[in-house]
Amino acid sequence: MRFSLAWLKDHLETEAPVADIATRLNAIGIEVEGIEDPAERLAGFRVAQVLTADKHPDADKLKVLTVDMGEGDPLRVVCGAPNARAGMKGVLGLPGAVVPANGMELRKSAIRGVTSNGMMCSVRELELGDEHDGIIELAEDAPIGENFADYNGASPIFDVAITPNRPDCMGVYGIARDLAAAGLGTLKPVAVPGIAEKGPCPVEIRTDDPEGCPAFHGRVISGVVNGASPEWMQQRLMSAGQRPISALVDITNYVMLAYGRPAHAYDMVKLSGPVVARRARTGEQVLALNEKTYTLDDSMTVIADDNGVHDIAGIMGGEHSGCSGSTTDVLLEIAYFDPERIGVTGRRLGLASDARTRFERGVDPAFLDDGLAILTALIVEICGGEPTEAIRAGAPPGEAKILSFDPGLTARLGGVVVDPAEQAGILESLGFAVDAGSVPWTVTAPLRRHDIEGPADLVEEVVRIHGLDAVESVPLARADGVARPTATPEQQLERKLRRAAAARGLNEAVTWAFLPMADAEHFADGEPLWVLDNPISEDMKAMRPSLLPALLAAAKSNLDRGASGLRLFELGRRYFRAADGSSDERSTLGVVLAGERRPRAWASGKAQGFDAFDAKAEALALLAEAGAPVGKLMVMGEAGPQFHPGQSGTLRLGPKNVLARFGMLHPTTLKAFDVDGPVAAVELFLDALPVRKGGGNFARTTYDPPSLQPVIRDFAFLVPSDLPAGDLLRAVRGADKRHLVDARVFDLFEGQGVPEGRKSLAIEVTLQPGERSFTDEEIKAISDKVVSAAARQGAELRG
Amino acid sequence: MDELQSRKEAALQAVAAADNIDAVESLRVEALGKQGWVSQLLKTLGQMSPEERQEQAPVIQAARTEIADAIAGRKEALESAVLEAQLVSDTLDLTLPAPEAPQGTVHPVSQVMDELAEIFADMGFAVATGPEVEDDWHNFTALNMPESHPARAMHDTFYFPDADDEGRRMLLRTHTSPVQIRSMMGQGAPIRIIAPGRVYRSDSDATHTPMFHQIEGLVIDRDIHLGHLKWTLETFLKAFFEREDIVLRLRPSYFPFTEPSVEVDVGFAIEKGRRVLGGDGDAPGHAWMELLGSGVVNRRVIESAGLDPDEWQGFAFGVGVDRLAMLKYAMDDLRAFFDGDVRWLRHYGFSPFDQPTLSAGVGARA
Repeated sequence: MRFSLAWLKDHLETEAPVADIATRLNAIGIEVEGIEDPAERLAGFRVAQVLTADKHPDADKLKVLTVDMGEGDPLRVVCGAPNARAGMKGVLGLPGAVVPANGMELRKSAIRGVTSNGMMCSVRELELGDEHDGIIELAEDAPIGENFADYNGASPIFDVAITPNRPDCMGVYGIARDLAAAGLGTLKPVAVPGIAEKGPCPVEIRTDDPEGCPAFHGRVISGVVNGASPEWMQQRLMSAGQRPISALVDITNYVMLAYGRPAHAYDMVKLSGPVVARRARTGEQVLALNEKTYTLDDSMTVIADDNGVHDIAGIMGGEHSGCSGSTTDVLLEIAYFDPERIGVTGRRLGLASDARTRFERGVDPAFLDDGLAILTALIVEICGGEPTEAIRAGAPPGEAKILSFDPGLTARLGGVVVDPAEQAGILESLGFAVDAGSVPWTVTAPLRRHDIEGPADLVEEVVRIHGLDAVESVPLARADGVARPTATPEQQLERKLRRAAAARGLNEAVTWAFLPMADAEHFADGEPLWVLDNPISEDMKAMRPSLLPALLAAAKSNLDRGASGLRLFELGRRYFRAADGSSDERSTLGVVLAGERRPRAWASGKAQGFDAFDAKAEALALLAEAGAPVGKLMVMGEAGPQFHPGQSGTLRLGPKNVLARFGMLHPTTLKAFDVDGPVAAVELFLDALPVRKGGGNFARTTYDPPSLQPVIRDFAFLVPSDLPAGDLLRAVRGADKRHLVDARVFDLFEGQGVPEGRKSLAIEVTLQPGERSFTDEEIKAISDKVVSAAARQGAELRG
Repeated sequence: MDELQSRKEAALQAVAAADNIDAVESLRVEALGKQGWVSQLLKTLGQMSPEERQEQAPVIQAARTEIADAIAGRKEALESAVLEAQLVSDTLDLTLPAPEAPQGTVHPVSQVMDELAEIFADMGFAVATGPEVEDDWHNFTALNMPESHPARAMHDTFYFPDADDEGRRMLLRTHTSPVQIRSMMGQGAPIRIIAPGRVYRSDSDATHTPMFHQIEGLVIDRDIHLGHLKWTLETFLKAFFEREDIVLRLRPSYFPFTEPSVEVDVGFAIEKGRRVLGGDGDAPGHAWMELLGSGVVNRRVIESAGLDPDEWQGFAFGVGVDRLAMLKYAMDDLRAFFDGDVRWLRHYGFSPFDQPTLSAGVGARA
């Protein structure tokens, strides 16, 4: 919310400098987002009058104006604003002036062949607001040639953020009240004028929807002249970023911005019959003041007459019955709408407005009569006319919240001791009634303070006005001794794996948890996806069922940027559904290896790509770091359709429990992600890892190195080509449990000398003697067991 | 005897003069071989009288040892000269590069989360987690944001079309605060936790990404107040930035789940075009930046979590992890955190061995 210092001083007696006011605003919870001194920013902008406005000879939408800026000959200015016309007064930017909105320095220039000596400015260009429908129109009496900054009041402007719990500060008066409570000056009481009422209100108003509109008050003023609003009001509106429109509109806006009190004025000519607050009929339509048509439903409150809807209650008036220059008789509406329902309607229509912001958070239920009187008096003063008696349908909520408050709570919650007398003083200056006769006190909150619910709210009031900087730091109690470990086993695992992966040369990425639909579906494997209702873009729509698609997409963009070798990993969650409809999020580590494993080099020659064994190596190494029993893992198939069917596998602990999948990605996957392959990938399913019971011990198993040297024996077998080496190895390892401690493949050969359909696998077996060395007979016996175990796999010993 | 001496001297001289191993070998045969003159002399000992032998034997043995040592020494010297000569011609160009090993990195977000866990562990805070796909009760209602609350709309929430079995609308959590509820419900009070994790808002511009990281802090006990909150934040920020001159400014604010609510600004100065935290924001050349939101936990939140608000009270705070990482390690662009550009990951990523510890200082210096 924006307001000028001059406006604040309408309501607050203070001599405090701007900087002090800003500091205090921040200190009491009204955050100052900016302070502007218009005099500096508006140098070179003058009040000017348009003398003539003719069509540009070469452009349909442009006009050529002659503009009087108070000295010298009138200037020629090219202007595109639809509202530019002869006679109007506006703001002219001269060559050399810098447009606040875009930092552009104005220059004399030719626009479509016509020289323009300056620019007529809109509200937005001067950063006085968002309005950009046309150029600023100043009051008729605006002095031509005056610096616009001076004319505009040249008063420093505060831009503040009002938290949603404080609708009472969504008017300058409310801010003045808070500042006065904080000792920054004296609040000037609201001068409620007396109204010379003439006769009863000729229009019937009523509320047929007391839930949505508990109170609808109003009156008619007849015989008004809706010209321009006076300069002082225009200055204030412009300081708030609003473009003056016409006196009647400006006055309602002014009352809203000064007192946080939205109101509406209808042109009586456009009304017919009783004016009623009622529920909309489903399908009913209204053309709102923003020139958009809204289709309503029966949850929404509207103001309507016999002809239809004139106002989306508390949100936006209708175009049809709004005031115009020809308006002579107006019906004023000042109502109380239910905040919750305003919120629902606003959200459903997707319609934001200053009125909605205030009604939704709750306006002051005690300010209907005073608001109507202020509004009426301003209209009569500025536009003339005769007001009728006020008419009141319904009544606003009037039950004040009464709290029982122990002033000691301020220290217990707020951590600062404030003298009870000061506490009572603070609350009273904010409009609370305090009965401090006995503890607990009885505190009555003003109706406008919808945010006050309990004693903690009163503590907040006291502490923020007393000053949060008075709160001293108090250390939390510390447990005896050294800090205890706090990480859970899962956290420890993730931390260890992350650093293990990085130590293996992988770069950790953090990617979006949501994916394009197609990417997610490619990896979904039939699991139902979490798909967003309102994604920010189609590329961020479905929660990932795998870490690989985003890593693959990252690999692609890196490769497209010319990266040669990529080793990316991410440790994060995959998102599934639990049986009860809640989320089942599984900790997962994904790795993508793409491009060159090793660049070409003087020693190793050509560049090498990654293969499935690189993926297997990462999988096993990381599983080992994770504490998985890697020696017991089985290499099996079914890595999933995203993987190359012949060059991928799973690592399982038992036939069902998949700890990891790895291998080369399927060419169709690469094609779907538009990656020039090949790409190797790994996914480790951390949720599937066996949990160590009791978290494990510090003590290692006993160290017991064998006293005798191991014996190495080599065996070369001919086996069927399709026999997995792992099967042969497992058979060999199982041949002798006592002495055979290791077996590893050291050669694989197919081709010359090996029969068709067979391959040669050479296995090195490590035999560990116990107390005494092996005899030849013992070694032979073990060898025979190895050979016969291998034979059961279809292997024959090569001669 | 003089003859022995002079023959020995001659042999030693010859050994010393020998310039190849073959020459040394023939000298060895000549002196020490089976037919060598020293060997022959030794044989004569057998025919000597015991007295004569007692006198002669040490002399001959000494000469033999002396010659043998000289030959071995010479041989070794010649052999090593030969080896050296060989090695000199067997050189590598060691300006050629060694085989490269890929350099892995830890993402700044992970690094900073580890740092935070370390700092808060020292203050007695455990690390709690919760689901990112949440329900609206945990994300909003339990945090004192009923359905119609305007603050709900301000959260720019990502919704799913689904509801769980209890009819709660599913969404992406907009903050880490639902972990407060889950922790209080799960473990009761007293409680001291931090809850780091991913959060989501449908907001995207230069300084906002639809996914980012937050860390939540929650302390519930019998006598916790704003003073404890202030101490905790000061202590944590000083430890995190490893600066004693961190100055906080507390401003009243509004969050539905705290009352009173406090926004926390931290003083900074511009140094070399960057914001550097430290110093009083009101001091010359300094300013304040908004860093985190916090407050005394609202009674309704404690009630929602099944605790008695007349018995338990405490504070909560939330701060952006990415933001902390950017401020500490001088990174500019939040969007770059999440696009997996390996140049960025290598530039800003951390060595796996930069494991944060209190004894070494949790931060990793450039």
